[in-house]
Amino acid sequence: MNAIQILGLSKEYGRRRVVDALELTVPAGELFALLGVNGAGKSTTIKMLSCLTVPTQGDARIMGRSVRTDSYRAKEILAVSPQETAIAPNLTVRENLELMAGIYAQPKERVAEVTARLGLEEWAGRRARTLSGGWQRRLSIAMALVSRPEVLFLDEPTLGLDVLARRELWSVIRGLKGHTAIILTTHYLEEAESLADRIGIMVSGRLRAVGTAEELKALAGCENFEDAFVALAGEGAAS
Amino acid sequence: MRTLAFAKRNGKELFRDPLTLFFGLGFPLVLLVMMTVIQNNIPVHIFELNTLAPGIALFGLTFLALFAGLLLAKDRSTAFLARLTASPMTASDFLLGYLLPMLPMAVGQSVICLGAAVALGLPLSWNLLAVVASLVPSALLFIALGLLCGTMFNDRQVGGMCGAILTNVTAWLAGIWFDLSLMGERFKAFVYLLPFAHGADGARAALAGDWAALPGHLLWVSVWAAALMALAVWLFRRRLVER
Repeated sequence: MNAIQILGLSKEYGRRRVVDALELTVPAGELFALLGVNGAGKSTTIKMLSCLTVPTQGDARIMGRSVRTDSYRAKEILAVSPQETAIAPNLTVRENLELMAGIYAQPKERVAEVTARLGLEEWAGRRARTLSGGWQRRLSIAMALVSRPEVLFLDEPTLGLDVLARRELWSVIRGLKGHTAIILTTHYLEEAESLADRIGIMVSGRLRAVGTAEELKALAGCENFEDAFVALAGEGAAS
Repeated sequence: MRTLAFAKRNGKELFRDPLTLFFGLGFPLVLLVMMTVIQNNIPVHIFELNTLAPGIALFGLTFLALFAGLLLAKDRSTAFLARLTASPMTASDFLLGYLLPMLPMAVGQSVICLGAAVALGLPLSWNLLAVVASLVPSALLFIALGLLCGTMFNDRQVGGMCGAILTNVTAWLAGIWFDLSLMGERFKAFVYLLPFAHGADGARAALAGDWAALPGHLLWVSVWAAALMALAVWLFRRRLVER
């Protein structure tokens, strides 16, 4: 079954078209990475898919539920971990997770499960604002997982983290593959190459190329993924 | 369930902030003691405890607007609200979640203020309970004003609007510090179109046991509170999803 079906999705701000007639299908359990330079339209796409922004044209279906006409039901099965760390800083780690469990009517045991799964037990009683950036990101992702989402949007989940913290989060994200459909946006090419089943490259609001890392390298005629990305997302590619 | 979970979070945010506790509970007490000292030295009718205490209790509630507005505006400026907006929470869930933890705070604030007034010489009577109840519509009014400001402005602007302007407007237009008749009949008629003087008069009527005057004042404040809350919900719903 398709977890996400994007049908001619567009977004305009005034006269500026930020996302242009996007078409994409993501099967259940797949991790799909969305790459692009700044302003390519990645975050706006995530916002439309997570019902935070109303599309100007087109539609998207989350497990068959339209983000335009059935957004309430779509929101029941999706979760988002925004680009900025989205936690309640004055609550403890446990209280943050309990808040999400309360909002999605999950049993208390789910909090303990997610705490253990994300390795947060040691920090459970600490106020979220006292955690390091890496642990705050981990908590932010944990909060998205409490509701057992069928579709998860991770917007730049490792932005600003050091190499070790990033690698730790990669293993967390890898653990989610197969159970949950994930759309991940990132600027780190090695992250996409390492984690994603398929990768899409956005240029000026359009999806320029979609495929596995190997397929994209072959398409661009390049040996490594960074060169392939530059070839596909660079100015020459846009013309 | 969603509303209660969110209300619980907001309550924790409020009660863990020492500034909230000082301004919400301590500042009105300072004013009450100060005005009573003035009254003891230069007797003025409006500073007599049976007139002053209900007014100060009302004035203390203005800080609820500041707390509600700041909490909402700060949430709006972070990705935390975006996360919750992507959940099945509705605009009503959000605003009720902000409102509910404010109500026990409002009641606690009124009880502490009136308790201090009793310690300063206000006679203890059952009517004090009626004063606390009569201040609930005013509490809702100030919370609604705060939520409206928090929906429209950023946290710095909310600080100015609710912290400086609203507290002064309430202080002047509720007839707490001076008899509104001193400003002339036209001004007084205008002021009584607004809810603040009705809030103070309602609390004074409850303390005096003037049950005939009480419902009119409460109704006036309640209509304003309901209208402002409806406006806040409408505006918040529009801003919840970017168009």
